[in-house]
Amino acid sequence: MMEPANAGQTRTPGSSGAPLLRVEDLVVDYALAGKVVHAVSGVSLALERGETLGLVGESGCGKSTLARAILQLTTARSGRVVFDGVDLTGLGGAALRALRRRLQIIFQDPIASLNPRRRVADLMAEPLRIAGVADAAERARRIVEVLQAVGLDPELVLGRFAHEFSGGQCQRICIARALILEPELIVCDEPVSALDVSIRAQILNLLEAMKARYGLTLLFIAHDLAVVKAVSDRVAVMYLGKLCEVAPTERLFREPRHPYTALLLQAIPQPDPEAPILERVAVGEPPSPLAPPSGCRFRTRCPRVQPRCAEAEPDLKELAPKQFVACHFPLSAAAEQPAEAPPR
Amino acid sequence: MTAAAPEAAPARPLLAIEGVSVTLATPRGPLTAVDDVSLELAAGRTLGIVGESGSGKTMLSRAVAQLLPRRAKLSGSVRFADQTLTALDPEALRRLRGRALAFVFQDPMTSLNPVLSIGSQIIETLREHLGLDRAAAARRAVELLGEVGIPSPEQRLAQYPHQFSGGMRQRVAIAIALSCEPKLLIADEPTTALDVTVQAQILDLLAREQRRRGMAMILITHDLGVVAGRTDEVAVMYAGSVVERAPTARLFKAMRMPYTQGLIAAIPKLDAPPHTPLKAISGLPPDPIRRRPGCAFAPRCPLVSARCRESRPPLEMRDGHQFACWHPLPANAAVAP
Repeated sequence: MMEPANAGQTRTPGSSGAPLLRVEDLVVDYALAGKVVHAVSGVSLALERGETLGLVGESGCGKSTLARAILQLTTARSGRVVFDGVDLTGLGGAALRALRRRLQIIFQDPIASLNPRRRVADLMAEPLRIAGVADAAERARRIVEVLQAVGLDPELVLGRFAHEFSGGQCQRICIARALILEPELIVCDEPVSALDVSIRAQILNLLEAMKARYGLTLLFIAHDLAVVKAVSDRVAVMYLGKLCEVAPTERLFREPRHPYTALLLQAIPQPDPEAPILERVAVGEPPSPLAPPSGCRFRTRCPRVQPRCAEAEPDLKELAPKQFVACHFPLSAAAEQPAEAPPR
Repeated sequence: MTAAAPEAAPARPLLAIEGVSVTLATPRGPLTAVDDVSLELAAGRTLGIVGESGSGKTMLSRAVAQLLPRRAKLSGSVRFADQTLTALDPEALRRLRGRALAFVFQDPMTSLNPVLSIGSQIIETLREHLGLDRAAAARRAVELLGEVGIPSPEQRLAQYPHQFSGGMRQRVAIAIALSCEPKLLIADEPTTALDVTVQAQILDLLAREQRRRGMAMILITHDLGVVAGRTDEVAVMYAGSVVERAPTARLFKAMRMPYTQGLIAAIPKLDAPPHTPLKAISGLPPDPIRRRPGCAFAPRCPLVSARCRESRPPLEMRDGHQFACWHPLPANAAVAP
């Protein structure tokens, strides 16, 4: 995590030392066929300036709903989303629109994210026009600069329609569009899941380069743990609307303390024919977010379950420096680091 | 040419694909989805077919079962269990599919009927193909659901596909595919739509049933991690052609095609520290309608030469390892991914 002194620069009046984004006890639910889907159930997290926080979880765990609620694209039932000292949940109209320029989002499906019948020049100019950049020459200058930054040749692409581009090229255009208003935070919601392996690496490298060049803070959401590890400073693991574990990336991968994190890590297919295929315990599938289990939500699939797990919900506790785990019976710290992680 | 299956009988392979090409009509002109592919598979063996979108891997598997879109043009021949599928009439093909030759697709709802109970779908398959009476078929259906890991199978027999989760639906689709003891199971991206913890369970199930039944299996995927520990042999496809094929361990350790090396190197490594730059393959796959002469990978290849742009390298066999490249990586060289 970077010190605010060298990362926040000048756009952060009166907020030295505070995280850029703070999510506090956020609850999002919605009605589905007369029932309530508990999508996000009391999530709290913070993003420091200049940091990439990875957010992983399986489909239906609420990670995309959380992303949308942060950007105020979905209304939260309760809780706060504080961006640079301002609570977005209380804002509306012009005040929210003004702040939104500083927060952008990139979606999973780059082709669906762009109107296929518009030219790249229009797609790129639109956010600038809405933001009040009236001077056409200034708009053109900024568009050319950002297209070059994402590895597209402005002369070749500006006059073409979005539907003429492949998925990887569309994702580059989406990234350019997200960057053009010089935001501080970009939420990347599964930005490479729809891309082929050979293109995925290009886009991940591009995101890393853009983060350095524009001094960005990223919330990087994905279900692929290897992808998350490649770009994140810290990782948060989400299960059925709640966080199970938040830790610095290397620590989480080396020494997971929540049984669900361990299960996820064990399930990653390795491109190595000599990696042993483990005889896995039958861990079943996630229950429905319509009726999450009492107590710990992971207990119905957990190999370490005890009666207490059904009775009391575990809180996130700091078991090692910066490693927060919500589990009554966490895995023990690995033997090779006895001095580092004494569970209080 | 069953080089990768040294212990298999030298006789005829179970499946022989010979010079198969598939051409689709598009508004922009003919698209060659599969371009002169030859592969064979011995009984009881497993073959992984790896490729990115548009590489032709799915179209090739459809060509094997003669399940191509109506206006697709197929050339070449497919022989399976001593029959030439490309010459069979529709009725004979129908009897074969679902019996000796079974499919599992990415989306289980492709093969499940949403308005019939799971039980009636399995029972119908068993009665139709194996001629079992209703009671015997019902008993066998319960056994099959248990074998694929569905809890309380008697109760679940009466339920409909929408009452099952994605992973459980895929288990049902596998139970139906296995119900008539196929000689060959073709699984086309069987876990791509599933979550990572469920994916591992389904792959384990397929591997276990393949071994237990001694059936041959073709596992089609975009994910090299999926085929790594689970197949005897891997074929890598690019732009409609097989560009490399070798026993699995060998392919991962000593690949000869720069494309295969690039694919493996582009996967983020779990043991690399965060923010390690990835080794991306530059550029984009070629336009399948405007094909150029030469090697299809040439515009993206780090080892490209003038020869690569002019003439197409043939798929050559050296020591049981096939590859199509004018400048192959050195044999047995340690690969730095």
